[in-house]
Amino acid sequence: MSNRKLKDNLTKILIYAASLLTVGVLAWILIYITINGIGEISLEFLTSAPEGESGGGILPIIINTLYIILLTIVISTPIGVFAAIYLVEYAKPGKIVRIIRFATESLAGIPSIIFGLFGYIFFVTVLNLGWSILSGALTLSIMVLPTMVRTTEESLKAVPDAYREGSLGLGASKLRTIRKVVLPSAIPGIVTGIILSIGRIVGESAAVYFTAGMVSRLAKGFLDSGRTLAVHMYLLAKEGISFEKAFATAFVLVVIILLINFSANKIGASLDKTKV
Amino acid sequence: MNKTKLSVKNLNLFYGDFQALKNIDLEVESNKITALIGPSGCGKSTFLKTLNRMNDLVENVKIEGKVSLDGEDIYNNIDVIKLRKRVGMVFQKPNPFPMSIYDNVAYGPRAHGIKRKAKLDEIVETSLKQAAIWDEVKDRLNQNALGLSGGQQQRLCIARALAVNPEVLLMDEPTSALDPIATQKIEELTEELKEKYTIVIVTHSMQQAGRISDNTAFFLLGEVIEFSETAKIFSNPEDKRTEDYITGRFG
Repeated sequence: MSNRKLKDNLTKILIYAASLLTVGVLAWILIYITINGIGEISLEFLTSAPEGESGGGILPIIINTLYIILLTIVISTPIGVFAAIYLVEYAKPGKIVRIIRFATESLAGIPSIIFGLFGYIFFVTVLNLGWSILSGALTLSIMVLPTMVRTTEESLKAVPDAYREGSLGLGASKLRTIRKVVLPSAIPGIVTGIILSIGRIVGESAAVYFTAGMVSRLAKGFLDSGRTLAVHMYLLAKEGISFEKAFATAFVLVVIILLINFSANKIGASLDKTKV
Repeated sequence: MNKTKLSVKNLNLFYGDFQALKNIDLEVESNKITALIGPSGCGKSTFLKTLNRMNDLVENVKIEGKVSLDGEDIYNNIDVIKLRKRVGMVFQKPNPFPMSIYDNVAYGPRAHGIKRKAKLDEIVETSLKQAAIWDEVKDRLNQNALGLSGGQQQRLCIARALAVNPEVLLMDEPTSALDPIATQKIEELTEELKEKYTIVIVTHSMQQAGRISDNTAFFLLGEVIEFSETAKIFSNPEDKRTEDYITGRFG
């Protein structure tokens, strides 16, 4: 075998190995969680409230989680999308844009526990919202904002300038151009941003723990407190209450994430007008 | 001499320090086709875009001189939106919006405040007929415009431009991305359109300029070297450089 061919094959093997490792680790985690969690899953577990130390199910916690997801997305999507529109369509390159970009990037790099502390001090205490779904959602909104802004920005940049020129060339205003032509074309990208954000929201424990509280009952409204699945899992495992239930919760969490991703992808694809 | 639609006096355009257009003087006659020819990078597309101020979108552009539409200076105290309604544009690459054929054509009228369905229906039909594409799309107006062929897309874009009822139509190499048959259709179309509209067309093809235009301007390095009747430019050019270009010695 020639030297070049050898190098070629070696590189190929490395690439395959890396891909295999990535997929393998993911598969292993999923299988491990499934094997350890599925035994505890029953209709009762999914439809009842937690009882005592380690009994009962997780229904209220599933609903709390969905509350937090919904509220966070409702708060962060418009802010993120508007910020991205400003950055891509209006802002002239310069100091302000650099500052905003620096801020979003820094925000993305801050550990979530710091968001939790900030949320605790600002939303829970100063604004007196208490431990509540709302405090949690506001804190998480700040946390996912960089993801929202970034992905929306990228999808706006990917909209061909020919669309903008075509619209402006017809005498349409800039606002109309953005509303009717640019944004609709960017929707699949915005949906991706929402999916990524949901992933972070669902997986977050520290920031929620400090702001939404950890009572295990169903929140009575957005101003009531309640724990999410990730927090529940953390408590079950940390306190050594029940590893079986922690795994079962993890399994439910994974299924929820997969369901949300799947349906968001479907929605995104059906809204994508650039595919005929 | 016919009535002048657009008059350009002493126009200079700079991208930063680079001067892209130098002392352009040009008169576009009403209901005629004016062709702009010249090698790549000679400024003809840039010039075209000054006529409806599409260069406003580019950063660091400085424009000096005067461009007037029916005697009115378009760089002074004029509503750009109204200007672009009067001076429409068709681009080099067909750029239909990712929406239905109907919505593409209705886009302009809607932007200018027409909401009534019956009125929009009427505009869509006339515009598509004027752009000679009605028969091909009348049964699928609600389908996505991106499903059309390139030539159909370009005629749709022409229909879209006509739908706002402009006075002037600027065409920036409208056939360069199309096959010969689609090109022929567009060329025939321009002949019909000049009855109602004034057309300025940038083209890379000298045959095309010769076939369809009434007047031709030859651009070179940001200057208009020669501007006169098409027949004269092609048979008896005054400038040596025009002759060289037309006979294919460069470009």
